[in-house]
Amino acid sequence: MSPLSPSVPALRAEFGDAVERSLVSSGDSIVYIARDRSHDVLAWLRDTPSQGYNYLTDVTAVEYRDPERPLEVVYQLRSLPRRADLRVKLALDKRGPLEVRSVVDLWRGADWLEREVFDMFGVVFAGHPDLRRILMWETYAEGYPLRKDFPLRGHFSRAEQTRQALAANPEAHYSLEELSIADAFDELPADMRERLARGERGFLK
Amino acid sequence: MGLTDPAVRPEQNDATSVSSVSPNWVTTRLDFLTNWARANSLWPMPFGTACCAIEFMATAASRFDLSRFGMERMSFSPRQADVLICAGRLPFKLAPVIRRIWDQMPQPKWSISMGACASSGGIFDNYSMVQGIDTIIPVDVYVPGCPPRPEGLMYGIMLLQKKIKGESFTDETLRDEKLVGPSGLFLPPERVDELSEPFGNSVHQTRSA
Repeated sequence: MSPLSPSVPALRAEFGDAVERSLVSSGDSIVYIARDRSHDVLAWLRDTPSQGYNYLTDVTAVEYRDPERPLEVVYQLRSLPRRADLRVKLALDKRGPLEVRSVVDLWRGADWLEREVFDMFGVVFAGHPDLRRILMWETYAEGYPLRKDFPLRGHFSRAEQTRQALAANPEAHYSLEELSIADAFDELPADMRERLARGERGFLK
Repeated sequence: MGLTDPAVRPEQNDATSVSSVSPNWVTTRLDFLTNWARANSLWPMPFGTACCAIEFMATAASRFDLSRFGMERMSFSPRQADVLICAGRLPFKLAPVIRRIWDQMPQPKWSISMGACASSGGIFDNYSMVQGIDTIIPVDVYVPGCPPRPEGLMYGIMLLQKKIKGESFTDETLRDEKLVGPSGLFLPPERVDELSEPFGNSVHQTRSA
């Protein structure tokens, strides 16, 4: 059994009451934090040299079968230099608004992860630059599929689902920004620009 | 084989009722020739979405060798394809894509639904999956299996060839485009619901579960 991560007492010393309970599960340290301070805590974990959680492995959410139990948003953090992991959770009361601060400004990789959580659970990430559905199409009107109150086969009849699917424009699933790497050519790293200019993936410019 | 199977109608065998242009002998021979050519040069449009596509690739590769059936060339453009092979489950997000590919294919064209998921939704009786591609496009041959072995797909292809050899090129209804109608579907809505009904293990799950 691995001991509790030393980041948890360090968090308690820094943030006090904003750090709720903590536990070790299957060798992984889990710490619950207050929703209002989540951005401060995560920024501190990333920027403090002794913590150095510079890599956001995953953002996801969990809804439990017990309707009283709050929905949890889960951040799985990794410190690449220290080779240490920490799982940070925050509980969202389902009776209130499902809203948390976005961490895209801390980790760019949170962009699509938060969009997926929004798409599947309906959690709104305040401050996200482009909060749209990512797995389901953008006009999907049946709700949030991974919520417990969502029927397995969806709300609409199969004929209605099929009709709406066929009415979709297949070219409208992705924005131009996602499709076109050519537009981002000047912002790419130098080595990648060099490879692309040689025509490894077709000539861009 | 086909030569011994002319569509001879008894009343037209009667020597007194031969019309000026005899349809019997000539069209049967042309049917045979057309069908022979069509059945043995089917160019597949591979629409591989999942594990069935792996079996499809194995079918196309050297051990099983799809070329033996005249499927010499995968047609990655629908404009030059004769048979659409949907290998794998089809999510609703891909439904307009396969519909557009099907609409882009010129007549004559056929389709094979490969595997349990393409044919019925398979284990994916959920909110995101089309319950059988026959709610999206017309299907000629269903190949069961999860996934079907290459022999299974080849048997399906041979069944399709058999079906083609039974067609008549004078029957224009075979070449009707079954387009998406004003209802937004190419079938009546209640037919789509009926085709999508749960069966097997999934009948134990209600829509609210």
